[in-house]
Amino acid sequence: MRGVSVIGVGETQFGELWDKSFRDLGIEAGLKAIQDAKIAAENVDALYVGNMSAGKFIDQEHVAALVADYAGLADQHLPTVRVEGGGACGAIAIHQAAMSIASGVYDIVVVGGAEKMTDVGDVEAMQILSSTTDQEWESVFGATFAGLHAMMARRHMFEHGTTREQLAAVAVKNHRHGAMNPSAQFQKEITADMVLQAPRVAEPLGLFDCAPLSDGAAALVLCAKEKARKFTDTPIDLVGTGHASDFIAVHDRRDLTTIDATVIAGKRALHAARKTPHDVKVAEVHDNFTISEIMAIEDLRFVPKGKGGFATEDGETALNARISVNTSGGLKARGYPVGATGVAQAVEIVRQLRGEAGKRQVSGAELGLTHTLGGTGGTAVVHLYARGD
Amino acid sequence: MSAGIVSYGGYVPRYRIAPKDIGAVWGVDGEAMGKGLNIRAKSVPGPDEDVITMSVEAARNALRKAPGIDPKDIGAIYVGSESHPYAVKPTATIVAEAIEAAPILTAADYEFACKAGTAAIQTTMGLTLSDMYRYGMAVGADTSQSAPGDALEYSASAGAAAFVIGKDPMIASINHTVSYTTDTPDFWRREGQAYPSHGGRFTGEPAYFKHVLSCANLLFKRAGTRPDDYDFAVFHQPNGKFPVRAGKQLGFNDKQMDTGLLVREIGNTYSGAIMVGLCAILDIAKAGQRIFAVGYGSGAGSDGFDITVTDGIDALDRKAGRTMRQMVEDVKFIDYAIYAKFRKKIRMREG
Amino acid sequence: MAIPRFWREISSRYNFIGSKCGSCGALDFPPRAVCPRCGRRSVGKMERLKLGGRGKVVTFTIVHDAPKAFDMMKPYVLAIVELDEGLRVTSQVIDVDPAEVKIGMPVESAFRKLGEEGEAGIIHYGYKFRPAF
Repeated sequence: MRGVSVIGVGETQFGELWDKSFRDLGIEAGLKAIQDAKIAAENVDALYVGNMSAGKFIDQEHVAALVADYAGLADQHLPTVRVEGGGACGAIAIHQAAMSIASGVYDIVVVGGAEKMTDVGDVEAMQILSSTTDQEWESVFGATFAGLHAMMARRHMFEHGTTREQLAAVAVKNHRHGAMNPSAQFQKEITADMVLQAPRVAEPLGLFDCAPLSDGAAALVLCAKEKARKFTDTPIDLVGTGHASDFIAVHDRRDLTTIDATVIAGKRALHAARKTPHDVKVAEVHDNFTISEIMAIEDLRFVPKGKGGFATEDGETALNARISVNTSGGLKARGYPVGATGVAQAVEIVRQLRGEAGKRQVSGAELGLTHTLGGTGGTAVVHLYARGD
Repeated sequence: MSAGIVSYGGYVPRYRIAPKDIGAVWGVDGEAMGKGLNIRAKSVPGPDEDVITMSVEAARNALRKAPGIDPKDIGAIYVGSESHPYAVKPTATIVAEAIEAAPILTAADYEFACKAGTAAIQTTMGLTLSDMYRYGMAVGADTSQSAPGDALEYSASAGAAAFVIGKDPMIASINHTVSYTTDTPDFWRREGQAYPSHGGRFTGEPAYFKHVLSCANLLFKRAGTRPDDYDFAVFHQPNGKFPVRAGKQLGFNDKQMDTGLLVREIGNTYSGAIMVGLCAILDIAKAGQRIFAVGYGSGAGSDGFDITVTDGIDALDRKAGRTMRQMVEDVKFIDYAIYAKFRKKIRMREG
Repeated sequence: MAIPRFWREISSRYNFIGSKCGSCGALDFPPRAVCPRCGRRSVGKMERLKLGGRGKVVTFTIVHDAPKAFDMMKPYVLAIVELDEGLRVTSQVIDVDPAEVKIGMPVESAFRKLGEEGEAGIIHYGYKFRPAF
């Protein structure tokens, strides 16, 4: 199997982008990535698009072909496919694209991720987000997406002593990072008090414990490693991937305070890259809720189980601390257009490893990790990236 | 050979509203209204409750007391109410599924204002006496609606009771049942109307009293009994005054009527009213005690029952589920705003 | 929710009918066609089994922000309940002040409305939990 490298990245602004349609976002990110890779449209062999729910948000299915069409690639008659896996779809799209290159089928593949969430009202948007939960045995009984995470948070507080202040620390840190990211939805810092006083969503989670509804898109150009240097002096290699699924309903999982899919995906990725959690110095993790980041840094074994809140409170995951987590601002501050997220996380890690992260640069970053979840943890995907040799 | 009660169970929702809080909204001395009606509070169903949920709870309460009853032996289920959630699609079928009596049984819903449940008791007596089925289940339940500002708002409440009727094993024998039925338009609701209408004072003498007293006298005659032959008396209770007046006129005293007179604490549960009163009596009755029960439904009619508690009552696990007293005393008071929200008296946005 | 989709689940939503694996004896709710522990060995061997509907709260939340369908109920208690048989389910806890709900609280099942398809549509019923009697 051949190695795979990233030769180009691109992303749109994330936010409530009234002027931009789904098509606008998809092609903007894709064209930026192709430009960054300095390739021509004819070089592209395939397009994979991560998108969770265009069918519900904008009544549109068949979106990968649509994006290729509107990017002016209809004449190329590319193979295109939309990849779905809840919130992990962008990361899964990267995995699928990488496998197509590693196996030798394609040489250069564009991976995009896009979601347009603000064309419907926010109550409806929240309901669409909830469609990744167990419809028959969770949501019909009144389980909301935030409610399910709130229940994991409460159990985490009960078993491990995690506090609401520690949950707030995640949001505060990510907003501080987001303030340094010009593409982020929120570029203002917040205080712990603002988080603690925010309107309650599902106790103990309040409005500022939850990632926003967002529009946005991101894209990567993946290339066979052996050909990457033809296009760029700074190829970033995909050195390991872990992809795991688990019971879809929170109540069926082994432990309410652990996302086993993350544990397994993390181990699989590190095993493939022949690395340990200690080697990772910069990571983008799936913080759709503050509790999710706390569980992620535990389940990825950056900190012991139960210590995620304490570590965050102590600043261990801030920019240039022991491990820099969510330098982009995370889902919380950078924004969470679902399909775009897995790809946007990769864009951030690639920039960090290239040394192009500006004010939020992690010094000496050599191995970066992305972690993306589908649903409440029914899917987890971990990718590891390193500077190409 | 008679048929009788094999098991029984009731259900009352937790929410209550006090007459003074109703009166305050409409510029009326609610406390005085309550005193005039002898009602201290009425029950209110929660937003996730209706006649179907309450009927299931009452039915399950009845079966919980008698684990020896195989639900598959219940051959007929009838639910009487004037507030069935569906005008077409019977409550009884959902009760049947929820107690695992389905699918080999007959079922239907009844309507006869507040006596739909007692009518169901009579039907199931016939079906089991004739050996068509081993058991029948008769349920009376209501979440009766009352027009905002109307006098009925102080009394119309929610509750349910379920009786398993059969010959064996009986906990109480229904020795006699008689009915008195006429076309008397005292209280009615036309199809499609949200709230019922009533004839004001016409609902008294020519309606409630005429039917209850006539039926009661027929029952004394049929049974060859007098008031002091009975340990308990229970009547349909639209308020706390009518049944006491009727009972006294017939020769019963306060002590006999006290146990069954739940209306004072939970209001008028309509099709459930006399039946939850009977449940309260059966919760404490001893073998050999005798009960006189006469219900009433507007439109109009009365069903009367002469009941003797048997030794079988000792075999029933009356503490297996909550008793009527426990349910009556488990209360959460709400104000008129929450009451109006729960009872859908606030016009919500469509779509 | 579409009519047949809800109708199929009646026995589980009304009566807690789950399944028992004929191969390893483990219980599942809702009933499964394939035992997650035994895989193919269990196919054709899954038996239906009624659960008791009693258990304890293992975690909960108070939901303030809810879809329109739950407007009338909010704020409501959402909980994961561990049934006596060891299985866990998700539903609401009712008939109790939200401030009184605690992890470990014993509960029993109640029969309640889960929702409806508008004023003219079918009403859906199922289990919620109340403090155990």
